[in-house]
Amino acid sequence: MAFESFSALVYMEGHGPYVWTCYGAFFLLLGLLAWYSVFERRQVVRAQRDQQPLQTSRQGDSSDWGRSGEASFQRIQSSHSETASKS
Amino acid sequence: MWQFFHKLGSPKWFYGIAGRFMPWLLGAGLLLSLCGIVWGLLFAPQDYLQGNSYRIIFIHVPTAFLAQSVYMMIAVAGVITLVWKMKVADVFVRSVAPVGVVLTLLALFTGAVWGKPTWGAYWVWDARLTSMLILLFLYLGIIGLGYAYSDEKTAARSVAVLAIVGVVNIPIIKYSVDWWNTLHQPATFRITEKPTMPAEMWVPLLLVVLGTYLLFGWIAFYRMQTEILRRERRTRWVRELVQTGGQSQLKTGGA
Amino acid sequence: MNPARKRKLTIILFLLAGLAVAVGLTTYAFRQNINLFYDPTQIAEGEAPVDVRIRAGGMVEDGSVVRDPDSLKVEFRVTDFTSAVTVRYEGILPDLFAEGQGVVTTGQLNSDRVFVAEQVLAKHDEKYMPPEVSDALEKSKARAAEEGREMPEY
Repeated sequence: MAFESFSALVYMEGHGPYVWTCYGAFFLLLGLLAWYSVFERRQVVRAQRDQQPLQTSRQGDSSDWGRSGEASFQRIQSSHSETASKS
Repeated sequence: MWQFFHKLGSPKWFYGIAGRFMPWLLGAGLLLSLCGIVWGLLFAPQDYLQGNSYRIIFIHVPTAFLAQSVYMMIAVAGVITLVWKMKVADVFVRSVAPVGVVLTLLALFTGAVWGKPTWGAYWVWDARLTSMLILLFLYLGIIGLGYAYSDEKTAARSVAVLAIVGVVNIPIIKYSVDWWNTLHQPATFRITEKPTMPAEMWVPLLLVVLGTYLLFGWIAFYRMQTEILRRERRTRWVRELVQTGGQSQLKTGGA
Repeated sequence: MNPARKRKLTIILFLLAGLAVAVGLTTYAFRQNINLFYDPTQIAEGEAPVDVRIRAGGMVEDGSVVRDPDSLKVEFRVTDFTSAVTVRYEGILPDLFAEGQGVVTTGQLNSDRVFVAEQVLAKHDEKYMPPEVSDALEKSKARAAEEGREMPEY
């Protein structure tokens, strides 16, 4: 141990504020970056999920018909034609 | 070799392989960098001149180091985008540029806070600090340019060109302290010489450097997976993955 | 690799090389301006302008620091081991300021070739070591000096 007590570690002979500010910023920014990345992933997956039931519904299950608006219906159409042209 | 290269170009294949590496990268990266940080903060001896303020080096050097290496990787990915039109290379550039911004900001901020007690000033317009600031603007430029085009292919091409042009800044950052009179001191680690600090100081520093590289690998893979899911959302495999994969697979991308 | 890709790659590499040369030449041309400070030899040779705000940097000469006991005024000589320049300053010096340490000062060179500083920044080198090691090094240096031997630099 380079320090004799906890308070000596915090104070660091007067350099404490500088050192701890840097380490604070390091963990804060990297933490925010990780959190934001997870947030983005959730958003992408949720957007994808919201589209999913419509696709199953189109294959026969008619119970969802009432819920899906016309706009989403258009979206399925375009996505289907695109996958068809890709494969 | 070429076959591997072409496989790498397939987003689906890449998604799976990234998922297999990620838990190891995260675990080892956290372990190494936390060990290095605790060692550096609590156990490494003081510096004879700077006292305890030099402990900032244990995060300043790794972030500055990584900020530059990430830019070089982005430039290489830019070349691959232009020449081979590989989708994954562009995905890398776009996913990783924000990480570069965070790293460069951290390097600049920790440097400024360290500069106050040692030099007597937060900021000086010397060659090293200025070229590092330019690196920040290059990263921001890459992000901005990516959003400026609605067509993904045009965006990929212009971002790649900017990334490649900006790479000339990297040797300027690295050698600024040797070419010109700067306030910033020369490098502590050099490939050809032994470090200018004793082992009880440079070993923890090296641990943090290695750890942050691994952590970068993890966050890069994770963000790339997200970008692939977004771009390939209309393909069959992504739709199936969302349907059958369940939360865990999508969250960590694990196999 | 197919020929089209090869051609593209060559073009990129050529452009990059050209750009590097261009930036290299520009920075070489601006060399003087990019330097943060003038060193004492440049000042002694008259390269530095008089009565213009410039920076001067070098080592604080051993035994040259004279502090005014009643105020914060201080005078010291900055050397690069070839020439030296006298610096006058009034204010608080940074922690790392000491004889034998590097400094960068901002100010003006007056007509007597004395540098009147407004700001003194400490410049340190890339060496780090624990205090005990530094003390031991100092002691062995002193002993070596007594015995008239040369000590290698750390």
